[in-house]
Amino acid sequence: MAAAVAVRQYELVYILPPDTTEQQATELHEQVESVVTRMHGAIEKSENWGRKKLAYDIAHHKEGVYVLEVINGSGELMKELDRRLKTIDQVLRHMIVRVDEEKKVVERTRTKRQAESERRRVARGLPPQRQPGEGRSQERDDLDDDRFDGVEV
Amino acid sequence: MPFGQKRSGGRGKSGDKKGGDKAQGQRRTLFRRRKVCKFCADKIDDINYKDVKLIGPFVPERGKILPRRISGTCAMHQRKLQTAIKRARQIALIPYVTD
Repeated sequence: MAAAVAVRQYELVYILPPDTTEQQATELHEQVESVVTRMHGAIEKSENWGRKKLAYDIAHHKEGVYVLEVINGSGELMKELDRRLKTIDQVLRHMIVRVDEEKKVVERTRTKRQAESERRRVARGLPPQRQPGEGRSQERDDLDDDRFDGVEV
Repeated sequence: MPFGQKRSGGRGKSGDKKGGDKAQGQRRTLFRRRKVCKFCADKIDDINYKDVKLIGPFVPERGKILPRRISGTCAMHQRKLQTAIKRARQIALIPYVTD
């Protein structure tokens, strides 16, 4: 079978009821995994955040078990996964976000800034990397901090 | 009550025009802080919906997104922040509204 479909990276987050056992969680994870492998995708990372407080009630639950899966695969796969997760009653809420493009942008801006700073440092006759003990110290006076501190509204 | 006396005295002063002008000029220099985009200053490239600690300060009590004019965030980062907050709301990390 020709793999002409573009491989993209997605993040899937789903919330399970707080009384979910470890076993139930792994069962669901296996279900997700089977769908992913059947549609020629791969799970890159799987994270269980454990029980967390929900910011608002979902189906009369105040807490939930969060699970994050980073999946490499096609859009078709995610469509299928989305459809399946909707039908599973155990999943309180799920969300799929495509992340590969954003990751690329972040990477690009980071390398760009690094290159820029190295260029400027070389122009000033300094070694391209920051030396230890150079520049302003990390601890700053609170009076010096003129940024927004999240108190005033 | 020395405090009350002081207050009333101040008010009398600002009553006449010249005094009022002076007070306003003083206030501007005293209270206005220069606002800097937090994400530019700290060199945070990735505003992620999973990072509640990062987003939290931009969502006040009520649950609304803090406007740029108050937080001082630059346009680009405010846009990224906006999508991050909206995503975090979907998976109940941040409330839509709180009363």
